[in-house]
Amino acid sequence: MKLKQTAGRQHHAGPVTYVLLGLAALVSLFPLYWNLVAASHTGERVVEAPAPLLPGPRLFENLTFAWNQVDMGEALVNTTIVAGLVAVSTVVFSTLAGFAFAKLPFRGRNVLLALVVATMTIPPQLSVIPLYQIITDLGWVDQLQSVVLPSLVAAFGVFFMRQYLLEALPIELIEAARVDGAHSLRIIWHVVFPVARPAMAVLGMLIFVQAWNDFFWPFIALTPDGNPTLQVALAGLGSGNHTINQAIVLTGALISTVPLLLVFALLGKHIVGGITSGAVKS
Amino acid sequence: MNAPPAAAAPVSAGDPAAGGPAARGSGPDGRWTPYACLAPFFVLFLAFGLFPLLYTGWAALHRVELTSPTRMEWVGLRNFSRLAVDEFFWNALRNTVTIGLLSTVPQLLAALGIAHLLHHRLRGSTFFRVVVLTPYATSVAAATLVFVLLFGRDHGMVNWLLGLAGIDPVDWQNGRWSSQVAVSTIVVWRWTGYNALIYLAALQSVPPELYESAELDGASRWRQFVHVTVPSLRPTILFTCVVATIGATQLFGEPLLFNGGAGATGGADHQFQTLGLYLYEQGWVNFHLGRAAAVAWTMFLLLALLALAAGLAVRLSRARSAAREGGR
Repeated sequence: MKLKQTAGRQHHAGPVTYVLLGLAALVSLFPLYWNLVAASHTGERVVEAPAPLLPGPRLFENLTFAWNQVDMGEALVNTTIVAGLVAVSTVVFSTLAGFAFAKLPFRGRNVLLALVVATMTIPPQLSVIPLYQIITDLGWVDQLQSVVLPSLVAAFGVFFMRQYLLEALPIELIEAARVDGAHSLRIIWHVVFPVARPAMAVLGMLIFVQAWNDFFWPFIALTPDGNPTLQVALAGLGSGNHTINQAIVLTGALISTVPLLLVFALLGKHIVGGITSGAVKS
Repeated sequence: MNAPPAAAAPVSAGDPAAGGPAARGSGPDGRWTPYACLAPFFVLFLAFGLFPLLYTGWAALHRVELTSPTRMEWVGLRNFSRLAVDEFFWNALRNTVTIGLLSTVPQLLAALGIAHLLHHRLRGSTFFRVVVLTPYATSVAAATLVFVLLFGRDHGMVNWLLGLAGIDPVDWQNGRWSSQVAVSTIVVWRWTGYNALIYLAALQSVPPELYESAELDGASRWRQFVHVTVPSLRPTILFTCVVATIGATQLFGEPLLFNGGAGATGGADHQFQTLGLYLYEQGWVNFHLGRAAAVAWTMFLLLALLALAAGLAVRLSRARSAAREGGR
């Protein structure tokens, strides 16, 4: 994506820049490091002054306890299912709709696009009450589909894919395929999806992170002791549903964070590229 | 924005070799393609986005209890008038505004600063970019549970650091301002890096000629920042302000979990209860779903007002830069 054009104009970084960036990195990472520290001590030690700064010996015991007693394992599986389904469906449907908005002329296009952009700003609070009425009516409380179904599409994704395809997909490519007699499904599969693939990957990662960390609606639709996602299980831990100590609470936090941090360590470069590609900004 | 279809249509119409109707996507197969592409998104969006939004407005005019959520009894505007006389509603509204300011302003200023630093030619620039983004990958729940301990009054790391500087321990949970600062800190921590990357993208697309001519005019680095960088970033700054404001109005997980086991009150004196938390308390603690719906619609109207204000701000800033262009 179009970075580095202005590299020639950038100033070389001096020591002050490195010191300040080092400080920013420290502030960004310290709470995560301290999460690990706290998860490796006893509950008493975590709330003793001065707080521990170095990892202790209890990490393995705490992990075992959290895994067996609080069932973080089940929550981890649930979260993976939810975030995976939501990411795949959002990416596929956003690419289809984004393609239509970017390259296909049709009646009502501008009005519909304006509607999509406007809905990006609607907070989730505005839908939880009817959704809650529906899922209680259907007996879906504590069932994963009550969390998955409302999140299968995202207006942001449609806008993101439209912005990308507008520039990345030459109209001639579609016309050539049509001349060759390809029908729409073939064009979408063999022309649109391959061109869209880099943006689809970035969108998939952004949506996966978002779905993994989603809190408000899952907290209402699922219960910590029933069939929770990681965030709901964590909320149960943090609000004292279980009589357990702070070290276990932070072990739960660690279990919920580490998978995403691994994803970041492996793919962070691409996520950063996606955010800085300009598709996210206005 | 509308260039592709406008440009494509005359070409294929005037050039039979291009395939006529088929090329324009209006053949028997192509005519329905756009609608088929849009259908999955719009069907799901109507079912889980637009319908609930409108139905929430309908529910706000009814008495709906959590114990039997599908029984609705018409009460007109009573839910709204009850809100108007509830001091905790106004308290939550005030807190949402102050926590919103305490989290948004430092977040965006710090993001601008970090973006400026990242815009240098750097060793390990990818490393720094990924690292400042890691808080964004941390969930609200995990981050809040960590910060609750860091902000602990007797054992927390923050008070320990303040102690090193000779400052007395602060009660981060029970003071009105201190608790709001602590909750805002969690928001600032999670979102600063994300915004910094958005600013960085904008910085990278500022045409270098602008800096060259500023340098020729003898402008210092600081003057370049004020007179070239900030004006070029104006649309991006506005965009991040809008997104951060929307985020601030719906703050929920941070104040809920910062309260430990004490529930949705937002502190013993409701000192950090936000509108999002108040909504949850009305609906799922006090069992008044109808009143919770009224809170939701109030939030929606507030956001609409803010959006209107932002729209005006854009017009004004466009008019002003147009006037400046004209003056040159």
